[in-house]
Amino acid sequence: MDKIPILRMGAYLLVTIQVDLYDRLALNLEADLVQMVNKTNAKGVLIDISAVSIVDSFMGRIIGNIAGMCKILDAETVVVGMQPAVAITLIELGLPLKGVHTALDMEKGMNLLKSIIDITEDDVVQDETADDFITE
Amino acid sequence: MTLSLSKDTVQVVKEQDVVFLKNRVKEVALKIKMGLVNQTRLLTATSELVRNMMRYADGGVCIIEVVSSGRINGVRLTFSDKGPGIPDIAAAMRDGFSTGKSLGLGLPGTKRLVNEFDIKSKVGEGTVVTILKWANG
Repeated sequence: MDKIPILRMGAYLLVTIQVDLYDRLALNLEADLVQMVNKTNAKGVLIDISAVSIVDSFMGRIIGNIAGMCKILDAETVVVGMQPAVAITLIELGLPLKGVHTALDMEKGMNLLKSIIDITEDDVVQDETADDFITE
Repeated sequence: MTLSLSKDTVQVVKEQDVVFLKNRVKEVALKIKMGLVNQTRLLTATSELVRNMMRYADGGVCIIEVVSSGRINGVRLTFSDKGPGIPDIAAAMRDGFSTGKSLGLGLPGTKRLVNEFDIKSKVGEGTVVTILKWANG
């Protein structure tokens, strides 16, 4: 079964989706990511969807869910790199992704995250045993 | 007057079939030089309809056709299943209506993404959805 890797970088989690999502994969990502936020005490989640060419209502809902779930775990989510055609399709479909922060690219997304999150040193868990990936 | 130029039937029963179907649709769209945005609309519509078919009817059949109306070409997809059917099509076509646990955007959203949309359903017999997307329309 495919799995989308979740990388930890300080108080942030980075997810780069390199394949076209199918339903099961998206649901697994949602579960893994929320677990990971809880485990690592992450304050921000950056999801790069630049390689995703199709986002339908189901995937859109998952993205919204992830943002909502992370929010109540006190983490902000930024979705970056959406292809213009995907943005057009989402709006026509009737899914404006309300409540999800977006940015054009990784760099802008990271800056946005930094600006909305106020990080103090003790928020970052230092002693995790180098498990940047979820391995189950 | 639209003319059918080619016809291809894809059975969709398993999750892998969904991937195969999307690839086939993409190939056909590329062949008639459909623009990127329209390709994305068509594939998103395909994704919505095939999900409905899998969720409510345990799969079905999709017919992929290249159609022509004089100078312009398009792709016509016919999704037919032998599922439970839709008792109230008008309600199903409304934004936010769902008998499952979804957002209820699938059918009305799909209609907004394509040029032509037709749905026929009979309770107890199944549902047939036909969509058409022109290469640049």
